[in-house]
Amino acid sequence: MSRRAGTLLACAGALGALAACGDGSALSPKGPSARDIAGLWWLMFWLGLAVYVFVVALLLVVLRRRGKAQEPVAATPGEGRALIWGAGVGMTTVVIVALVLVSYSVGGRIYDRRGTSGLQVEVIGYKFWWEVRYLGRSDAITANEIHIPTGRPVDLILTSRDVIHSFWVPELAGKLDLVPGVRHALRIQADRPGEFRGQCAEYCGVQHANMLLLVVAQPPDDFDAWLDRQGQPRQQPTDPLTQRGEEVFVRTPCGACHRVRGTTATADVGPDLTHFASRRTLGAGVRPNTRGHLGGWISDPQAIKPGNLMPPTKLAPDELLALLAYMESLT
Amino acid sequence: MTTTEDTRPSVQTADLDRAWATPPGFIGWLSNVNHKAIGFRFIVTAFIFLLIGGLQAALIRTQLIGPEQGFLGPDAYNQAFTLHGTTMMFLFAVPMIEGLAMYLVPMMIGSRDLPFPRLNAFGYWLYLFGGIFLYWSLFTGSVPDGGWFNYPPLSGPQFRPDTSIDFWLLGVTMTEIVGIVGALELVVCIARHRAPGMSLNRIPVFVWGVLVTSLMILFAFPPLVAGGLLLELDRKIGTHFYNPMAGGDPILWQHLFWIFGHPEVYIMLIPAVGMLATMVPAFTRRGIVGYPLVVVSLVAIGFISFGLWVHHMFAAGLPALAMAFFTAASMAIAIPSGVQVFALIATLWRGKLVWSTPLLYIVGFVLVFVLGGITGVMVASVAFDWQVHDTFFVVAHFHYVLIGGVVLPILGGLHYWFPKMTGRMLDERLGKIAFWLIFGGMNLTFFPQHILGFLGMPRRVYTFQSGLGWDFYNLVSTLGTYVTVAGFLVYTANMAINWSRGRPAGDNPWDAPGLEWATSSPAPAYNFAAGPTVSSLYPLWEPEGAAPRGQPGLLDELQGHRREIVGTTVLDAEAIEILELPGNSLWPLIAALAIVLFLFAVMIDSIVLGGIGLGAIVGSLACWLWTGSERTHE
Repeated sequence: MSRRAGTLLACAGALGALAACGDGSALSPKGPSARDIAGLWWLMFWLGLAVYVFVVALLLVVLRRRGKAQEPVAATPGEGRALIWGAGVGMTTVVIVALVLVSYSVGGRIYDRRGTSGLQVEVIGYKFWWEVRYLGRSDAITANEIHIPTGRPVDLILTSRDVIHSFWVPELAGKLDLVPGVRHALRIQADRPGEFRGQCAEYCGVQHANMLLLVVAQPPDDFDAWLDRQGQPRQQPTDPLTQRGEEVFVRTPCGACHRVRGTTATADVGPDLTHFASRRTLGAGVRPNTRGHLGGWISDPQAIKPGNLMPPTKLAPDELLALLAYMESLT
Repeated sequence: MTTTEDTRPSVQTADLDRAWATPPGFIGWLSNVNHKAIGFRFIVTAFIFLLIGGLQAALIRTQLIGPEQGFLGPDAYNQAFTLHGTTMMFLFAVPMIEGLAMYLVPMMIGSRDLPFPRLNAFGYWLYLFGGIFLYWSLFTGSVPDGGWFNYPPLSGPQFRPDTSIDFWLLGVTMTEIVGIVGALELVVCIARHRAPGMSLNRIPVFVWGVLVTSLMILFAFPPLVAGGLLLELDRKIGTHFYNPMAGGDPILWQHLFWIFGHPEVYIMLIPAVGMLATMVPAFTRRGIVGYPLVVVSLVAIGFISFGLWVHHMFAAGLPALAMAFFTAASMAIAIPSGVQVFALIATLWRGKLVWSTPLLYIVGFVLVFVLGGITGVMVASVAFDWQVHDTFFVVAHFHYVLIGGVVLPILGGLHYWFPKMTGRMLDERLGKIAFWLIFGGMNLTFFPQHILGFLGMPRRVYTFQSGLGWDFYNLVSTLGTYVTVAGFLVYTANMAINWSRGRPAGDNPWDAPGLEWATSSPAPAYNFAAGPTVSSLYPLWEPEGAAPRGQPGLLDELQGHRREIVGTTVLDAEAIEILELPGNSLWPLIAALAIVLFLFAVMIDSIVLGGIGLGAIVGSLACWLWTGSERTHE
């Protein structure tokens, strides 16, 4: 009976653990750092499961015993010593010494990969979005979407302009805090092209839940092309509609907070929008970047992400249409 | 059954009744300083806060029942999890532990009262007012929403200029003072007022746990009081201790908070585990196996717990070598914890089991706490923690530890000592139903959260998008919460129904070995008419005649017409003196009110009111000390 219960328990645990291996999970690693940690997890999982099954099995055996009735007595000195020393002290010590050593070695391996990788990307946390700057390419500024070349380590330089945030893309690496006044370095690397979801992991205020980001890993050539493009000023509006849209952007509150390089809108309160149309999401991942969602976002961002810093913008219908066309032209 | 109580005719219970009486009426009730009255108030108040915190948990889980729900909204959700954590830690767990200790420890060690009864009453009032103060924020519209950890700069004046964080800081500081006051009292009581003969090796494990925890509180709470003071200075007079824009360091707060916050976990755990070890002999008919090891490992947990705090900061970018130390320490604490678990199992092994409800809670503890301990060893690994830190994996981990290691023992303990406190038995059938609902419900709630953590779900998010594979586990988790809530309703109903209508319990319904069962249920205000003496760890299980009667000498001099307790030596508990205790007084209540007035003045920036408050504090303390003992007759 107890063996069956133990097996059942082991299966339940393993099933639960396997369920955590789906896409987007820390257990479906797409880079060396996350892979090392996933390996560490599986080792700890099987060891932990063995210990738990042992304790439960022991408990079941003990509880099913029929002790004989007797006058209540104190325990005799030394009884149960084998169990307490053997299991409580001995087994626990062996398991944790093993885990400490393995943990040090995995941590060391992740640390050892530090050094200059060539590509450094500054990630700056704001309530509630991410600014992304490619160091050495002072014009390549974007937000909420980090493109990296595959197969190559990238060092993220993390800091914050307001409160503490935390950078976490489970498929690529563990998390690291963005602390105002301090710069932390986190190395990430993706083996193959793909899009990896991330999210702020340190409670940072009312919209902590919607501070999302995307890491896009591209083949090196595609990445270089993308980076070149991001470094350029905005796409000149060519048709009357987008020209009118740019006029609206610069004249209305949009330009008071956002920058579109190549125009007179140079504020840096909100995300840089020079190549906005090339991004997959808006509002730091809260909606897909489509015309309908963008219109809704501009008109009333507080309905979608209450508490974010962007105020609603009142525009005449034709102004809004022009602005939307302009935003869509910022590839 | 034998009792060690001495019934020498020289002690007149009529005298005792008069000396220890509480004046009638509401004023009398307010002036009561007896340890059982105060302990009971702590327990009831803390239980109410447990229910409030549980209600908040149900609100939190309802908001997360599925993707993009609008049940609470971001503001209310953030307030709910802030109040949930704050309530459970500061207003439920520590006060409940201290309340149980205040009620039970003097009886367990054969004393008539705690050594500083007025300080005790002062503690209760300040606790009650601190709790009310925190919850008063609900009526002002600026409810704390910075999390129970309140990291600056988010909690600093730049980002939270309203009074919400001040409500939190001042309310929590009051409960911290209460913790320190109670700890002082319990340390002195356990060190100096044990019954003659109760040498160190005859102290019940729960009392050991309370001693270790009290000493820990004395070292762990001041850092948070100091840290809170610095934050309040930042907020009120513009200092920049935590402001990075002016050269301050927000990480300093994290250190101060967790130097308190990690020992805090064990401050709750150690007496709870001690409670189990003290209850278990009644249900195994055999004393706890490996008593010296159990006690030594409790002390070891207390020491090691001060070297763990940085494991809450593994993602804060600290130096690698420093973090490596905390990995080893965090894992090492598994060894003394393992001793606790296997000593319990060994005791169950050697004994003849009596399947009453408290035993279910003891077994539940092993099943739940061990799982939480195993995931605890995992998150002690820096590299692994980088992935699961601040995710639902950690939420699952510490709820397994705290529900398994603190809540289940407390629920079992309340079930066990309810007859001593009320003179009535709880219903066994309802008790078992409540256990299974709570046990099943908590597993259903928290097990799926481990998986959510791996799937990328961070903590403290009020909403999530669908299509991430999170929906199902969140749904199961929320349904589990409802089952747990049902369990708590049954548990509470059981107590409400049997409070006055339960089967009469008699002195010792479990045939338990501890001294607290040697007196009537409920016990008279003075607990024991004559000071008991002790000759073993299980005085009530001693064969007839083996327990020596009270040694002639000092004990004979205990007077009936004054409130007197015996002072004994620290190691061997030899009676060396008789101390007189102060009587009932309203001054502790007035002193607590004066402190509330002063802190309220700080919050609304009123210098005049602050001056009045400060004067009232000094004045009430002077009167408190002036009015010493009452002479009931001469």
